[in-house]
Amino acid sequence: MDSSLLFGITMLAYLLATACYLGLLLFKGKGIGRLGMLLAAAGAAVHTAALGLRWYESYQIGIGRAPLTNMYESLVFFAWCITLVYLALEFRFKVRIVGAFVMPFAAVAMAYASFSDRMDSQISPLIPALQSNWLIAHVVTCFIGYAAFIVATGLGVMYLLKESAGDREGTHGITGSLPELKVIDDLIHRTIIFGFLWFSGGIITGAVWANEAWGTYWSWDPKETWSIITWFLYALILHARFTRGWRGRRIAWLAILGFFVVLFTYFGVNYLLSGLHSDG
Amino acid sequence: MTTTTKHPIISLFASVQLALFLLFLLASTSIIGTLIPQNNQPAYYVERYGHKAAQLLQVLDIPDMYNSWWFLGLLALFALNLVVCSAERIPQVIRSLRRDGLEVLPEQLTKFPIRGEVILPDAPAAAWERVDSVLKNKGWAPRHVDKQDGRLFFAERGGWTRFGVYVVHCSILIILAGALAGSSSVARRILNNPGFAFKGSIMLPEGESTDHILTFKTGERIDLGFALRCDSFTIEYYANGMPKTYRSEVTILDNGQPVQETAIEVNQPLTYKGVTFYQSSYQPYQQYRVSLQKRGTALTTATLIQAAKQVDWPEGGISYGIINRETQGEVTRRLKIWLTDNQGEPSVFWLHPNQEAVIERPSGTYLLTIRQMYATGLQATRDPGVWLVYGGCLLMLIGLSIAFFLSHRRLFVFVTPSEQGSRLLLAGDANKNKGGFEKTFEELRKALEI
Ligand code: HEM
Repeated sequence: MDSSLLFGITMLAYLLATACYLGLLLFKGKGIGRLGMLLAAAGAAVHTAALGLRWYESYQIGIGRAPLTNMYESLVFFAWCITLVYLALEFRFKVRIVGAFVMPFAAVAMAYASFSDRMDSQISPLIPALQSNWLIAHVVTCFIGYAAFIVATGLGVMYLLKESAGDREGTHGITGSLPELKVIDDLIHRTIIFGFLWFSGGIITGAVWANEAWGTYWSWDPKETWSIITWFLYALILHARFTRGWRGRRIAWLAILGFFVVLFTYFGVNYLLSGLHSDG
Repeated sequence: MTTTTKHPIISLFASVQLALFLLFLLASTSIIGTLIPQNNQPAYYVERYGHKAAQLLQVLDIPDMYNSWWFLGLLALFALNLVVCSAERIPQVIRSLRRDGLEVLPEQLTKFPIRGEVILPDAPAAAWERVDSVLKNKGWAPRHVDKQDGRLFFAERGGWTRFGVYVVHCSILIILAGALAGSSSVARRILNNPGFAFKGSIMLPEGESTDHILTFKTGERIDLGFALRCDSFTIEYYANGMPKTYRSEVTILDNGQPVQETAIEVNQPLTYKGVTFYQSSYQPYQQYRVSLQKRGTALTTATLIQAAKQVDWPEGGISYGIINRETQGEVTRRLKIWLTDNQGEPSVFWLHPNQEAVIERPSGTYLLTIRQMYATGLQATRDPGVWLVYGGCLLMLIGLSIAFFLSHRRLFVFVTPSEQGSRLLLAGDANKNKGGFEKTFEELRKALEI
């Protein structure tokens, strides 16, 4: 058994979980929702084992490094973070239906990592600049932050869907099973707060790493610049809500805008702009 | 509270609208520098964007936009906004914390967002006991005062957490101050002391030393006050040919005396007297150092040679040279060595740099190692602001955790006599996470019931 097999199983579990959650959304069957949650949790467990196994495999071939340092690995790790952040949210706030809006992201990330030609799933050794524990701290903190922002995006979509249905559908239509608007709004806020804290930590550990490797903690390369843009955006969202009383629809739209900015920071910079970062 | 009319400029800078606007401006203008490559020669922009556009870019300082007057100006406005806004609010926070909860009028309690009621069969005196001990049990420190028709208990927790936000804001200012303190432009233009903060580099050939470096942008010479010698530079490779390590063995010489010998690697810099040296590049020379030894004798030699030149070692009785090379860029990966003692066929063999060859010849056994000569490229930085930046970052994480996860909670219990015994009116508020407090509040209410 090798890690790529386990990653394949993980992808399958996430796809099935997504399907179940969509079933929950459409048919409101409690059983199908529980099945979705179990699949997501089982997928996350296999995923965890796969990450550990890949780490172990890297030692076996004499490279020995955390599986966090190229696009393939970062995407797989991203999917893992998204699932864990979602599951934590579900256990803490008992909102299973959120899975319908979040697990598709995790499933797509796994599928893209597995099938895109752009992804190289080989375990290759690390160039000297990447041999740093700060790098590991940087990747982990950033990705927990990104994952929370993705979950906030899913919640934003959910909010807009619920709102557009209004009272019209009551508890009957698709949106009947969604939590109340106030609850969704509160969840968006909490998720963004959580993400902002981790993402701040991500920027900071990245700066410390850059300073150890190059003697400059901040050099305005495109990746750094886009991450600070992302940070400014979320700082703006927090202030708009906290001090100007923005709620509901506006925050939901901003959370969705956040998705595109995060996506650009993560992918766009690597493929469309040039800079130091190769890994995401 | 007294209201004074403020200067409109002050109210502008105290406003959060301005903060939102500045955050938006900073985020959106930052994009420009990621689309237009930064810090290239003027000719580059002319070629890429045409004359007119390039001129416009230069006027707006776009080729170095993150150091431009307007971008730094935006950051300065942002900092000012932060200072004025926080300075205006902190006194209000202090004032509101000083206000004693015991001064609340019992009528006001019915207007609190979180309320509850408990009826106890006890006489008021016993009820007071109960309230006091239950609250203490739950970790509150109640005080009380007797009002006209009953006794008011008050307790609060986490008042200090109201400052969390200002810890965050302050940390941003500290980070900006650290960035200023470490800026080479500030050191050069404002402090008139380029040695205070600089970024520069030096290309140092093996065996040589330097007592100065050259700054990046201006090429200025900065004296270090000590010397750095490169003893050797080595590259190690993975099996697949990717570089694994770049290492410079260096010696620090202070007053001509060696004081420290260390290796500098990527991610493992060396700091001496405030200057930090980073491994940043290297330059291979087409020159090789050969070490030869004749086994069983005291005969050794070490010489610098070039490829395709015959070298004689008369004491050892041999001649040798490099007749072919395998290279990757300018880096030599393998060398073909030719060696003879003029007896029989010459020895010809491939050798990796830094590997020892043992060569059996009719006149004896020779040990040969060869290594390519390099210069190591070191970046040298003096950044007295970096600890401010790090301290600010740490403070920011602490402040964010306080601001996000802790709250100021206040609790009131008003005890009045009633027909059944005593009536407890509970009220409370929290500045954040009201849902969480409601749960705590409910637990308390239950604990007070019998
Ligand atoms: C990017 C920089 C900034 C960061 C990271 C930041 C961070 C924060 C945080 C974390 C909060 C608490 C929000 C909450 O609890 O939900 C906050 C509140 C606040 N911020 Fe900022 N802030 C920044 C810039 C500014 C600026 C420039 C101003 C200037 C007006 C400002 C004014 C305020 C105000 C007035 C509050 C509300 C304080 C209160 O009423 O308790 N912030 N900020």
